[in-house]
Amino acid sequence: MAAITTIELVLLTVISAATPLLLAATGELVVERSGVLNLGVEGMMLVGAVSAFIVMLTTGSWALGIVAGAAAGVIMSMLFGVLTLFFLANQVASGLALTLFGIGVSSLLGIPFIGLPIDKLPALDLPLLGDIPILGPLIFGQDFLIYFSVLMIVVVHWFLFRTRSGLILRAVGESHDAAHSIGYSVIKIRFLAVMFGGAMAGLGGAFLSLSYTPMWVEQMTAGRGWIALALVVFATWKPGRVLIGAYLFGSVTILQLHLQGLGVQLPAQILSMLPYLVTILVLVLISRNAARVKLSAPGCLGQIFHPHS
Amino acid sequence: MRIKLVPRQTHSKVMTWMTPVMALVLSLLSGTVMFSLLGYPPLESLYAFFISPISDLYGLSELFIKATPLAIIAVGLAMGFRANVWNIGAEGQFTIGALTGSALVIYFPESDNVLMLPAMLILGVAGGMAWASIPAFLKTRFNTNEILTSLLLVYVAILILSTLVHGPWKDPAGYNFPESVIFQDVATLPIIVPGTRLHFGAIFALLVVATGWVLFSRTLAGFQVRVSGLAPHAARYTGVRSDRMVWYVLLGAGGLAGLAGIIEVAGPIGQVQPLISPGYGFAAIIVAFLGRLHPLGILFASLVLALSYLGGEFVQIKLGLPLGIAGVFQGMLLFFLLSCDVLINYRVEFRRPGTKSSASSA
Amino acid sequence: MRKVLFAAIAALFCVAGSTAVLAEDPLKVGFVYIGPVGDHGWTYQHNEGRLAVEQAFGDKVQTTFVEFVPEGQDAERVIRQLAVDGHNLIFTTSFGYMNPTIKVAKNFPDVRFEHCSGYKRADNVSTYLARFYEGRYVIGRIAGAVTKSNTVGYIASFPIPEVVRGINAFTLGLRSVNPDAKVKVVWVSTWFDPGKEGDAAKALIDQGADILVQHTDSPAPLQVAEERGVHAFGQASDMAAFGPNAHLSAIVNNWGPYYVARTQAVMDGTWESGDVWDGIADDMIVMAEFNPNSLPADVIADAEATVEGIRSGAIHPFAGPIMDQEGNEVVAAGENLSDGDLLGMGYYVMGVDGSIPN
Repeated sequence: MAAITTIELVLLTVISAATPLLLAATGELVVERSGVLNLGVEGMMLVGAVSAFIVMLTTGSWALGIVAGAAAGVIMSMLFGVLTLFFLANQVASGLALTLFGIGVSSLLGIPFIGLPIDKLPALDLPLLGDIPILGPLIFGQDFLIYFSVLMIVVVHWFLFRTRSGLILRAVGESHDAAHSIGYSVIKIRFLAVMFGGAMAGLGGAFLSLSYTPMWVEQMTAGRGWIALALVVFATWKPGRVLIGAYLFGSVTILQLHLQGLGVQLPAQILSMLPYLVTILVLVLISRNAARVKLSAPGCLGQIFHPHS
Repeated sequence: MRIKLVPRQTHSKVMTWMTPVMALVLSLLSGTVMFSLLGYPPLESLYAFFISPISDLYGLSELFIKATPLAIIAVGLAMGFRANVWNIGAEGQFTIGALTGSALVIYFPESDNVLMLPAMLILGVAGGMAWASIPAFLKTRFNTNEILTSLLLVYVAILILSTLVHGPWKDPAGYNFPESVIFQDVATLPIIVPGTRLHFGAIFALLVVATGWVLFSRTLAGFQVRVSGLAPHAARYTGVRSDRMVWYVLLGAGGLAGLAGIIEVAGPIGQVQPLISPGYGFAAIIVAFLGRLHPLGILFASLVLALSYLGGEFVQIKLGLPLGIAGVFQGMLLFFLLSCDVLINYRVEFRRPGTKSSASSA
Repeated sequence: MRKVLFAAIAALFCVAGSTAVLAEDPLKVGFVYIGPVGDHGWTYQHNEGRLAVEQAFGDKVQTTFVEFVPEGQDAERVIRQLAVDGHNLIFTTSFGYMNPTIKVAKNFPDVRFEHCSGYKRADNVSTYLARFYEGRYVIGRIAGAVTKSNTVGYIASFPIPEVVRGINAFTLGLRSVNPDAKVKVVWVSTWFDPGKEGDAAKALIDQGADILVQHTDSPAPLQVAEERGVHAFGQASDMAAFGPNAHLSAIVNNWGPYYVARTQAVMDGTWESGDVWDGIADDMIVMAEFNPNSLPADVIADAEATVEGIRSGAIHPFAGPIMDQEGNEVVAAGENLSDGDLLGMGYYVMGVDGSIPN
């Protein structure tokens, strides 16, 4: 393998810091595009993280661990889906309750697994490609979930804007009554979207407990679910911008740590504010053009749908 | 046979009161199952969760103390949610309100002026409003989505608190520990029930609820908020400017969150410390919806949520349950409360396959 | 006179009450935790101490804990409830519980309180803390001997005296064997965020650090060190499992012996309020194994000698002469920094890069 330069190492750090946000935000983007606002990302990530860790530790299989993380996220999201889509419960409150529930569930499940180490999710071994100077380790030396997170941006973009199903999903999010009157099953489509969001949040959690910091400790998400939610808004519901947002947020976070290491004379707390302030600033710049933003915000986001026929 | 929800012609008055009871019964049943499965005595666990915390005057007073910030913040948030303004950053407005209000004590720690407390409360409200005005300004001027700005400003607010309390606001006699001076008497909310910690803030909470009630149901301002939330086009038609509405509801919610913040610091905490809110700003969002965005409902909801926090402590103390179980149960309770509400506006219809509903022509 | 009589009667009841306790009921010992028991750090170690009490006394004690108690208004309610529920001894294990503990203690004169890391005491409130800095001096000496880049990365949480004292003790140990070495500090503004702690570790390594020290709770920095092939020290508990090669040693918070002793004292009726600041000599902190696979024998020997020196009192980590960052002498040769000065430490010693965020 080619010698890795410091710049590459820093970029690698940024990539791994951004990936959990990217995974969870991509899922939430699809959910919101279908008109549902699920604020329970943090809870789904936690349950995904603990499940992936437990399964990996007990079976020794990375693949099963990843699948378990996704599956756990799906189960959590189905709970949310049933509440909000069948029992028409308020989405914002249900999402927050889901997070409380997820914190509790993950803490219970994880009790026997605290303090046990596992190996880090290995990088996919791509022969030859990994030896390419500079780009090699950066592009071809990553683990499965990192590739998957970027791939899903492409897939979700293609799905939403290039397929008929994606068009239907967006139509449902834009106006559920109209979509319903044409004959689409609003509830079914939204439920599937919510499940997809759960799977992606679960994978975001799995990335935390298998790759980013391979361990289980309670509440290890430390608020990343909330940042993922903010990134969907930041992205104005466009997949490509989620990628930009996640990497921007990750970069500024890492940058402020480096600035401290370099001895910049600013209070650490002020530097810690940078990722949030930069994100706000960039969104302000993006959304100055009112017309463009309005076009992409799903019209029925957060509204309860009940077929009146 | 299929089960179907059919919309009611009008809200069911009976169900408005019955659904919380149903939710409670469901929680008790599922709680019994869950506690038994996990090997804890179900009845004692439920008793410790729901009854023990409020079985004496002191417990009740603690319930009101815990519910006070939730109710105050939630009334403000409900105003915004009715107008479709998604302020999820009350936690930040709470924090800044607590700081601006406390600034007076920090800079006049010796003062025994009786106007201290009123001034602190006013500054707290102003601080919360100022913090909420950032998303309001960005929303109205640059069309920036308030969900993101209000949420991210929470983190900034908490870091400002951290900067101050680890730095210039440290108690000079406090060995460099991150705590401010303890507030002097004139800067502390008076206790209203001797022998407890129940402070004057609880009265503020009731006042806020009452004012909110009047405002929501009887005045033009409340009407405007509701209209612009329900139908932006209709609102514009009736002459309500939506920009102005964004300012009103964000400043209102921010001001109340700020008030809750300074009440918490000048009340039960009594000093500025690194952590002043264990997530009231977020919990209040649940309270707002649990209370169906109505001040009276919010009052009840804040008590329910407060009780669930106290109950979580009690099951740990009385029965040694891990906090995780309390969290799961709290989540279940909320799920039931939220989902049972469907019966207010819908009735359940059982149908045999093939038959058509009478309401299907609607 | 009447007051005295009342006091006497009250005392009589107390004695009657406490003998009854001895006769039948187990002694109830309560613990209030700031984090989840599953943080594998600060709270986890306090809980290990609780388990040690259970193990030592069996049926004679009943322990209770409440986890994740926020430092705001909630602490006072929880502490009070433990007292109401008949706990005779209550440990409150975070600095922010100081004022709530004092407030509650006033109303429960017969309950004994132990507050960790504070400075306010009462007749029924003791304070206790470990001299973590002694351990930090030891690992400083190890770091000084093995660093090749002469740069040590220090992941810190918040600029409180405890953390600043740790940085200084480490730096003094480091430079006592390697005067050219320096310490880079990164503040992560959290006690617990594995991801951020790991990222800070990576940033420090990228800036040339080949040894990592942390004053945050998760084993993430250790994992990063293992992955990047540098060395690190565990925090609060033995973290060797998370980095078998990287882990050079760890400062282990060992509350068990103290908790057992204080429980025994309540049982014997000999409990008295005091201020305990124990360290290596009393086993309140214990050094995890000096990793024989990653450390040369002479370094291990020196570390063990340092531990023994601190134990016997021959070595004081803050022995003069000590210079601050500007080169002013803060402790003269032949003198040791007093406990009072240590308690509120708010400046860096020479050898630390950057300044304390204030």
